[in-house]
Amino acid sequence: MTLEVYPQSRLAAVLRSDLFYKFRTSYVTLAAALVTLAIVLAALLAPWIAPHDPFDVSTLSLWDSELPPVWAEGGDPRFLLGTDNQGRDVLSAILYGSRISLAVGFISVAFAMAIGIVIGLVSGYFGGKVDAFFMRIADVMLSFPTILVALLVSGIVRGALPREMHDSAALIVLVFAITVTTWVQYARTVRSSTMVERGREYVYAAQLVGRRPFAILFRHILPNVMGPVLVIATINLAMAILIEATLSFLGVGMPPTNPSLGTLIRVGNEYLFSGVWWVVIFPSLTLVALVLAVNLLGDWLRDALNPKLR
Amino acid sequence: MTFSTSSPPAPLLSVRDLSICFDTRHGPLRAVDGITFDLAPGEILGMVGESGAGKSLTGTAITGLLERPGRIDRGEIHFEGQRIDTLGAEEMRRLRGRKIGAIFQDPLTSLNPLMTVGQQLVQTIRTHMPLSREAARKRAISFLEEVGIPAPEARIDQYPHQFSGGMRQRVVIALALCAEPSLVIADEPTTALDVSIQAQILDLLKRMCRDHGAAVILVTHDMGVIAETADRVAVMYSGRVVEIGPVEKVVRDPHHPYTTGLMQSIPRVGSGAERLTQIDGAMPRLTALPDGCAFHPRCPRAFAECSRSKPASLPVEGGHVACHLYQGEPA
Amino acid sequence: MIAFVLRRLIQSVIVMLAVALIAFSMFRFIGDPVNSMLPENASAEDRQLLRDRLGLNESVPVQFARFVSGAVQGEFGISYRNKRPVAAMIAERLPATLELVAAAAIFALLLGVPMGIYAALYPKGVLSNLLNVVSLIGISVPTFVTGILLILVFSVWLNWLPSFGRGDTVQIGWWSTGLLTASGLKSLILPAVMLGLFQVTLIMRLVRAEMMEVLRSDFVRFARARGLTNRAVNFGHALGNTLMPVVTIVGLQLGAMIAFAIITETVFQWPGMGLLFIQAVSFGDIPVMSAYLVLVALVFVAINMIVDLLYFAIDPRLSVRA
Repeated sequence: MTLEVYPQSRLAAVLRSDLFYKFRTSYVTLAAALVTLAIVLAALLAPWIAPHDPFDVSTLSLWDSELPPVWAEGGDPRFLLGTDNQGRDVLSAILYGSRISLAVGFISVAFAMAIGIVIGLVSGYFGGKVDAFFMRIADVMLSFPTILVALLVSGIVRGALPREMHDSAALIVLVFAITVTTWVQYARTVRSSTMVERGREYVYAAQLVGRRPFAILFRHILPNVMGPVLVIATINLAMAILIEATLSFLGVGMPPTNPSLGTLIRVGNEYLFSGVWWVVIFPSLTLVALVLAVNLLGDWLRDALNPKLR
Repeated sequence: MTFSTSSPPAPLLSVRDLSICFDTRHGPLRAVDGITFDLAPGEILGMVGESGAGKSLTGTAITGLLERPGRIDRGEIHFEGQRIDTLGAEEMRRLRGRKIGAIFQDPLTSLNPLMTVGQQLVQTIRTHMPLSREAARKRAISFLEEVGIPAPEARIDQYPHQFSGGMRQRVVIALALCAEPSLVIADEPTTALDVSIQAQILDLLKRMCRDHGAAVILVTHDMGVIAETADRVAVMYSGRVVEIGPVEKVVRDPHHPYTTGLMQSIPRVGSGAERLTQIDGAMPRLTALPDGCAFHPRCPRAFAECSRSKPASLPVEGGHVACHLYQGEPA
Repeated sequence: MIAFVLRRLIQSVIVMLAVALIAFSMFRFIGDPVNSMLPENASAEDRQLLRDRLGLNESVPVQFARFVSGAVQGEFGISYRNKRPVAAMIAERLPATLELVAAAAIFALLLGVPMGIYAALYPKGVLSNLLNVVSLIGISVPTFVTGILLILVFSVWLNWLPSFGRGDTVQIGWWSTGLLTASGLKSLILPAVMLGLFQVTLIMRLVRAEMMEVLRSDFVRFARARGLTNRAVNFGHALGNTLMPVVTIVGLQLGAMIAFAIITETVFQWPGMGLLFIQAVSFGDIPVMSAYLVLVALVFVAINMIVDLLYFAIDPRLSVRA
């Protein structure tokens, strides 16, 4: 093992990162991975592991309404985290709600990634007017807060749709709004990487043997720019979940008949004052845990893939 | 370890066996390893060496501005008869500027862009001298005049960006000397400047220090600068002083093979068609120091002993040299 | 300097025109304005009448010009939902939002800047590490969850502070302020804290990073080498240079805070523009949405300009071009 000496500030930087960093954060990363995995699995298996079906009205009983969690006084062992005002099991609602939150998150990340990659590759490879056009749009979008853009897009779509379709189309509207809001980051990153890769010998070689531009883009350049894209995708998964939750909380996302975590928090918030805290707190904690865990995974991935820190 | 030097009996600055190391997670790295030298009042000592030889660090250690993870792990620094390497932060701060001035490499970044040069001068003067704002301003103007800033009354209220690079280095010199320190540590004061004004600034530095009775430690990698400016020179290599002595002697008749190589790499006017030579290889990294003399892998005159033990510093006509070639010779 | 201001003004006008075009297209092409404004059983004549009055039969460029000139005069049409002029509705709600944002910004600055300075000066301190952990969590917790927690603790459990509305307000001209009554001030605390908390972590991280950078710079090292006191170096030399970039970000964040106020206003039922906007979004009330969009863009553009001009005021390198 060869050692190197750095000037003071660099030395300090290395002490703060590198092996030291990995050592310091490995437990945190591990915990984050476990939490994410647990929530994703629980959401996937919700129909089988949830103690109740929160959407089956016939199983609900008003006798069971507003029961506190089991460990509190008056808790009922059937309802681990208590019930809401209709006697719905909070734990089951959370499991089903996470399903929707994660679904919106994953689907919109997939769409945003696909669109962003294509636009980024094309902009970076061909440059010129196409590039200028997309990058101006990107500039404008990035200068406004994400949540505002998402709200605006969903507002426009809602304005275009007849009112009675709002609830049934909610998931599609959300995915659309989040996709439109978040493709920009992928496009920017892919574009700048593409511009670098375009100048490399292997691209030149591929051009020489007469490969078509799109074959070069997807076969040769794309694999080389996937690293940063994966990092953005992870961090954007957290962001997508957060945007979805915020829109649903604001009442312009998932309807109460098909609630996501955000909707559950919105509904629970309405009877916070009657002292029924568990209906709002548990979905909130789930959301915070999920977003924090995915964010930490994203941080870790970024550091692991960043050659400067290795 | 004491020995007499050619400098007068009461040195202004006396560095004894100074070592500086960096604590890394792989253990301490020694960047300066047991250097010893004296500086007489008003004397100009050049410190020359490749980057990483430890010359800047030595200057930083004398001003007490070493930052973690660097630290002095051995040796002593005495200034005007007082030991200063063990002084507290506040006492050391009072010494800086007032007794020990400093000049940095890049005049473009050495001045606060948001304060006028006058504000920076007045602040420095009033930190160290019990002067009123007006008196300090007068003093600032006279210093600007002394360092050759035209129309100092007007320019004192201007911001650094309104001065050229050479002018800014003049301001920096004024700032370093405005509280009358008796020692100035100038770390590559001309490296960042145009070649055409380097000589002017060196002359100015020399004149200012002579007029104000300040001794100078001139840190540079440029042997030419030293030959023109310094009284004595210390040649550093891998954290050690390999040779120290009067400039003429060292330039004309270098003892250490490294110094010899250094001298041969300087173009000299009037020296005829002599070829410039260079020293092969590079200075070893601190993490991979060879055993024995650190220079032996590059040394044309190395022999068996060189890779076995570190040479001690021995007196040779007016100076000292640390090389096994001279270990057998009588002093 | 004048040339610079002029150039910035022209840029701003272009941006505003682009936003106006979006707002106009929303109004004109999404749904049918006539259907949205009239009851379902309106007669064909009524429809034609409204169509003429809105100028929908003219060419699109003429309509756009009409829209822009209306917008400049503060005319944004009639809300589909409330059947009232949008401009009046927004003017009613504007003071509430601005007071909320101002309070939150002051809160964020008063807390964030000192915390950032402390963390930069003592990066190894226990308190600094604590601040880092807290700010990491603070960035991951959705703001509405923060708001709910604040209400749960301070309103429901402790019963110290009100959790919704503005309290009593005083009318000064067209401006209604909650700053002059005890209940108004009390009502402001929780919403301002919720809106400001995210900005606190942001400002703290920013100030810390900038200050650490400046503390390593040559002129700070030179200032130390001249024996200036720590106070003079840290607060006289370093802080001034730190706050330059901070001004930019905080300025831009003011715009973002107006947007984030939408969430805060929903949590606390704060009667500001954000609440109006969210109602408009859920009802597809396009005139209100487009007016809000134009207004927010105007605020963004204005803040951008002010930040640039502020640079001239504090950075001598820009103000005195010799």
